Amino acid sequence: MRRPEPVQVVKQRRDAALSALVDGVPYIRFLGIGFERRGDELTGVLRYDDKLIGNPALPALHGGVTAAFLEVTAIVTLSWAMLWDDLEAGRLDAEEMSLDALRLPKTIDFTVDYLRSGLPRDAYARARLNRSGRRYSSVHVEGWQDNRGKLFAQGTGHFLMPPRE
Amino acid sequence: MTDAPEEDGRTRAAHQFIAALPHCRALSMRVERLGEGEAEISMPWAEDLVGDPRTGVIHGGVISTLMDTTGGAAVLSHETGALATATMDLRIDYMRGATPHHRITARATCFHVTRAVAFVRAEAFDEDAERGPVAVANGAFTLERGA
Repeated sequence: MRRPEPVQVVKQRRDAALSALVDGVPYIRFLGIGFERRGDELTGVLRYDDKLIGNPALPALHGGVTAAFLEVTAIVTLSWAMLWDDLEAGRLDAEEMSLDALRLPKTIDFTVDYLRSGLPRDAYARARLNRSGRRYSSVHVEGWQDNRGKLFAQGTGHFLMPPRE
Repeated sequence: MTDAPEEDGRTRAAHQFIAALPHCRALSMRVERLGEGEAEISMPWAEDLVGDPRTGVIHGGVISTLMDTTGGAAVLSHETGALATATMDLRIDYMRGATPHHRITARATCFHVTRAVAFVRAEAFDEDAERGPVAVANGAFTLERGA
């Protein structure tokens, strides 16, 4: 039997692939979104910043920022699932990965359900792939702030998958 | 839409209102026109907003933000004179990527209101309007009337 890889090698490979996916997108940086990883599970983290406010009277996050955060989490989770198998099988070199080579899924439609106003603090989101097909995928995303059980927004979208060689 | 001075004044007031919203300012949004239950707001392309670095196309989330803002402005400009509004639900269909370096313009219409809810439709265009909209949206907004 093959010896399992050292844990640091595995972590280094996965984290390098994840940052190649996320760091190359200017808009993800503009909003201040990061991703935390446990195995293959991703959590999007939207770091609070004053420029994300849409209603200064409350104050509340702009509804568009909430929609964008959920959509970004859906696209990154979908792309991550798409490259996971190649990454783990050694068919993809995380160090040499770039967004130029990697085609991202395209949003066909996205629906956001606003459940509570977005508070002026960090927000979190996690996506679930309802269906992940060769051409089309359907993704559901949940967003929360202080309490995991009290969502402030949720979204569902359909995505066109990039052609695969 | 006429060029009556009070309408210019209303568009100017709406522009000042939008400019006071930090995220709208961050995206350099500009109110182009405001009518009875209608609004038109535009914003420039920017490097920071790119969602696909291979093509330079801005992220769908940016279009959502512009549509949401324009929808809210259309609700507030409706004759019911709502004091405040919040988005309950917004669905966006993306027809095509917006051409890089083009200004994006969204037009929203508040086509029906009930006591507590406003229904909105919106479309977003880049500078090739003849190619049709880059995205369309449908939404339900809350309508907070004065006591």
